[in-house]
Amino acid sequence: MEKFIQHTGTGVPLRRSNVDTDQIIPAVYLKRVTRSGFEDGLFAAWRNDPEFVLNQEAFKNGTILVAGADFGTGSSREHAVWALQNYGFKVVISSRFADIFRGNSLKGGLLTVILDIAEVEALWAAIESDPSTPITVDLESRTVKYLGKSLPFAIDDYTRWRLMEGLDDIGLTMKQTESIDSFEKARTSLKPKTLPIKS
Amino acid sequence: MGKTLAEKIWAEHVVRQIEGEPDLLYIDLHLIHEVTSPQAFDGLRLTNRKVRRTDLTIATEDHNVPTLNIDKPIADPVSKLQVDTLRANCKEFGIRIHSLGDKDQGVVHVVGPQLGITQPGMTIVCGDSHTSTHGAFGALAFGIGTSEVEHVLATQTLPLQRPKTMAINIEGVLKPGVSSKDIILAVIAKIGTAGGQGFVIEYRGSAIRALSMESRMTICNMSIEAGARAGLIAPDQTTFDYIKGKPHAPEDFDAAVAYWSTLFTDKDAKFDLEVSLDANELEPFVTWGTNPGQGLPLSGKVPNPADIADTEARTAAERALVYMGLEAGTELKSIAIDTVFLGSCTNGRIEDLRAAAEILKGKKIASTLRMLVVPGSARVRLEAEAEGLDKTFLEAGAEWRNAGCSMCLGMNPDQLAVGERSASTSNRNFEGRQGKGGRTHLVSPIVAAATALRGTLSSPADL
Repeated sequence: MEKFIQHTGTGVPLRRSNVDTDQIIPAVYLKRVTRSGFEDGLFAAWRNDPEFVLNQEAFKNGTILVAGADFGTGSSREHAVWALQNYGFKVVISSRFADIFRGNSLKGGLLTVILDIAEVEALWAAIESDPSTPITVDLESRTVKYLGKSLPFAIDDYTRWRLMEGLDDIGLTMKQTESIDSFEKARTSLKPKTLPIKS
Repeated sequence: MGKTLAEKIWAEHVVRQIEGEPDLLYIDLHLIHEVTSPQAFDGLRLTNRKVRRTDLTIATEDHNVPTLNIDKPIADPVSKLQVDTLRANCKEFGIRIHSLGDKDQGVVHVVGPQLGITQPGMTIVCGDSHTSTHGAFGALAFGIGTSEVEHVLATQTLPLQRPKTMAINIEGVLKPGVSSKDIILAVIAKIGTAGGQGFVIEYRGSAIRALSMESRMTICNMSIEAGARAGLIAPDQTTFDYIKGKPHAPEDFDAAVAYWSTLFTDKDAKFDLEVSLDANELEPFVTWGTNPGQGLPLSGKVPNPADIADTEARTAAERALVYMGLEAGTELKSIAIDTVFLGSCTNGRIEDLRAAAEILKGKKIASTLRMLVVPGSARVRLEAEAEGLDKTFLEAGAEWRNAGCSMCLGMNPDQLAVGERSASTSNRNFEGRQGKGGRTHLVSPIVAAATALRGTLSSPADL
């Protein structure tokens, strides 16, 4: 996974709350068996509307999506994260994220940043008045910086470290194989197995 | 201090606990389907990793599969590739799979319980957010993304932050015509689609204890719609009786029951949050908007966004009414429906089909709509046919389909057309969920059946 330390880019204001994963990428686009090529499905239904923010010239090159509350509710499809990344987003800012989406984003290196709703509103206003406003998201200092402001955000130390090192979670767990082995030795035999049963 | 049920199950599965790091949790069962697994298997191949425990992993085909002509190859080449990829991956890595045409094929959350492979005290994951369904057995079960699917395949564990715990206490007796679907829709309307974020919910109280296993599954299934990754119910005699005799029921059943009987929230345990709901007051529920929290009793009217104080909720309601093509103040019961969908991991089990069939028996559905009846699994279909339910549905004018996710999500041939309105027993009324431009009202199986007969949203009491 690519390391994430700091990213500077411009913002895309998505003034909607409860953007569920069916909106981020409808199910019909989930049929690919690769991790790439999902950008076409990103916000597919809304992109038919010429007024939709991603269709506006001023926001075409944005890399930081600034969304309303409860972004990523619904399905566990990681395709939602891939669609955002394939399109070119590096960061999503919202006042609240759904649990599974947030977990998926941080596994895959798409940084999701939580700011209060008032800070999100102020950021929307700044981006809308000047879409070229540079925004820096700095994971090292855990801050979002724009127009002289510096807004702190919370992220746990472990996830921050893993993202900054670009480490693969599976590789880290593989180092704990001995612990897994000994857990399995002590595990109760009452638990079912999926092996076909004799009938 | 005592522990909650969720805390007990968590503690029993911790492989490694280090301050400042997520707990490494052991996973007892990993369910797989075609949509969220191909990239995970690719990841294993790239890194030369194997599946650690093929004997704790099982696959089926559900999201993409057609519900008609299942003896023929899947017509959509992209869907076919995804299903073929699952079959090839299972073969390569040695994983048991139930493919289209097999009696244990079906929606993954119907298949686990019917095999008896979902049992109390387990940790269960699947690359699908409705994995919370299995919590009805007193298991800690939750949906994961594809990176986590790969993680579980490779290590049979997941690094996870410990969730907070919430109790939802539901005391009282349900009125006739009110079902567990109405309970969960009322819960979501009360706490909101974000109310459960960061929590595992435990559903408790006399109304829950009185429910059958399949009704409990409906409730736990939609925990994710309230924002909670997992929802569970302590196992009891109802749970034990349901598992007994299933293909994977434990050989030493008494020993298993002795263990399962320890799985409850201690009297002195403390939840981070408690919510109560009065079962006596509940009525048949229906959603009017585009998220599952936008629901009301069926006797109500489409709300006026102007009456909603919260700005965000008001804007969401305004947008929802435009999308749904509804006017504020309209009686919910006057809304005409084009398609009734009975099925899904929420309400596609035998009891759901029985309840709907009882209402349809000897009657005809309205000529203005179509009704799709889609059993949750091939086994449910066989069971229904053995009871003659298929004839009841067909004679009423409904379509009797093969098992799959079907119209719950617009991924297979069963979809709504633009502007088409459904009464659906599934779990999500998101914009476009059942097909681009489709409009969804979430309902219980008996409300679906009554609606099919009358042509407008209706409860059995309206017949």
